[in-house]
Amino acid sequence: MILWLRKRQKALKDVVHKMAYTKRFDGREFDETREMKIKVGVIPRADGSASFSFGDSIAIAAVYGPKPLHPQHLQNPEKGVLRVHYDMISFSVTERKKPGPSRRSSEISKVMEWALMPVLQLDAFPNTVIDLFVTIIQANASTRCAAINAASIALASAGVPMTDLVTAVSVGKIDKSIVVDLIKEEEDYEDGEGATDIPFAFLANSGKVSLFQLDGKISVDELKKAVEAGKDSCKKIYAEQKKALKSIKEQK
Amino acid sequence: MELSNITKRRIVEYLSEGKRFDSRKLLEYRPISIEMNISKNADGSARVRMGNTEVVAGVKLDAGTPFTDSQDSGVLIVTTELSPLASEKFELGPPGIQSIELSRLVDRGIRESGFIDFKKLCIKEGEKVWSIFLDIYPMNDGGNLIDASCLAAVAALCNTRLPKYDEEKEKVKFGEWTNKKLPLTDKLPLTMTFHKISKSIILDPITEEEEASEARLTVAMSPKDKEPKINALQKGNAKELSKEEVFEMLEQAEKEWHKRYPLILEKIEAEKKKHEK
Repeated sequence: MILWLRKRQKALKDVVHKMAYTKRFDGREFDETREMKIKVGVIPRADGSASFSFGDSIAIAAVYGPKPLHPQHLQNPEKGVLRVHYDMISFSVTERKKPGPSRRSSEISKVMEWALMPVLQLDAFPNTVIDLFVTIIQANASTRCAAINAASIALASAGVPMTDLVTAVSVGKIDKSIVVDLIKEEEDYEDGEGATDIPFAFLANSGKVSLFQLDGKISVDELKKAVEAGKDSCKKIYAEQKKALKSIKEQK
Repeated sequence: MELSNITKRRIVEYLSEGKRFDSRKLLEYRPISIEMNISKNADGSARVRMGNTEVVAGVKLDAGTPFTDSQDSGVLIVTTELSPLASEKFELGPPGIQSIELSRLVDRGIRESGFIDFKKLCIKEGEKVWSIFLDIYPMNDGGNLIDASCLAAVAALCNTRLPKYDEEKEKVKFGEWTNKKLPLTDKLPLTMTFHKISKSIILDPITEEEEASEARLTVAMSPKDKEPKINALQKGNAKELSKEEVFEMLEQAEKEWHKRYPLILEKIEAEKKKHEK
């Protein structure tokens, strides 16, 4: 731990001296994600659940349903409805977050619904709802990506019919370098060309994009490179997700 | 009214032949009109019309406290109210997801472009800074509220003058104005929202096309050395996009921006001149 801290301090100093972002704050390779930890079935009461972490960013997802949807006017007679509720707990961030939903969490919940809908086969469950609750219990950037990865595993473990898994990663342009899985310090990077934060979600097998957001400043050509970097990185994450899901079988 | 299947099929059929209900090309915008200074009591205001779509935006400034992580910078708060006046689909009550997303998209497009010089909006470091309340009110939803709202917001900012400030009481003198303009840069942000319907990609949808949309991609761009840079981006709606489709939209965005940006700039400059005295 101390060694790691020292390494990190040194990396910090190097960056201040060199200006250009050639070495990452935590010493990772540009195309390397933080350590991933996945657990399935962390909430026994739920129909399906999972936790997913990218280093210090930890998300827990629980799935309840399909179950009857009330009030009735929200029902869809053709297929089931997915409702995502993303939120962070108050002490998950450095400055206390006011408990309860915010504009930010509402938007993330909506883009998560859009990210997950393409793989769900809900035609067999008309007039029902699948409620998906995702809580961030500790945050150090890329929380929506960790949330999607957890959600995707939770849905699969609940036995919801799916055509594919959804895999998410954040890609960043820090100064001139394209890196994957940003940490907070990278998101706040201000030297050189600054930071651009791009969360992606891909359908693991078809490679199609289901979540795509961006904040910062980037040219079209650089953005295309970021898409490729995200796609490559998601392959590794997908392998971890698959491994975690297979472990359920062994447990039983 | 929800879109009927028959209308959706007709839209897809038309688009596959490269046609639209209002005889536009797939990537063609409707005529745009920008009016500035439409409100006497606002610090800045504008009305934008794109075909049947009409959006009004206004700016009110107040002296407030800065955010803890940026003690010397002004504050921007963007709000959209989707009033039932503008469409039968909007309901009274607290903001729904559509208005939240719209506000946050416009906010990010403006904030990340660097169009507003926030550092110049500091009154007393750590204590008092100018807060910009940018409020967007669609008057008629004829489709493509995102692009119309962003344009109205930008035009309203271009029209904004600072109110007088009482140094002793540390309060704004509402209703009295200085000759100072809001500090802006030349990095004017523009959004372009692409929609995918069946196999076609279109810009500036009318209501029916918007309801038939399977996926959309909003791209906010601003110039740097006369070339567009992407400042904010968001994929919306419940269907996925292939990598090729994403790349095509990005390339079209770059191309369209070169056509559209000078046009918008010209309109804004013309309006600015009208109100400069």
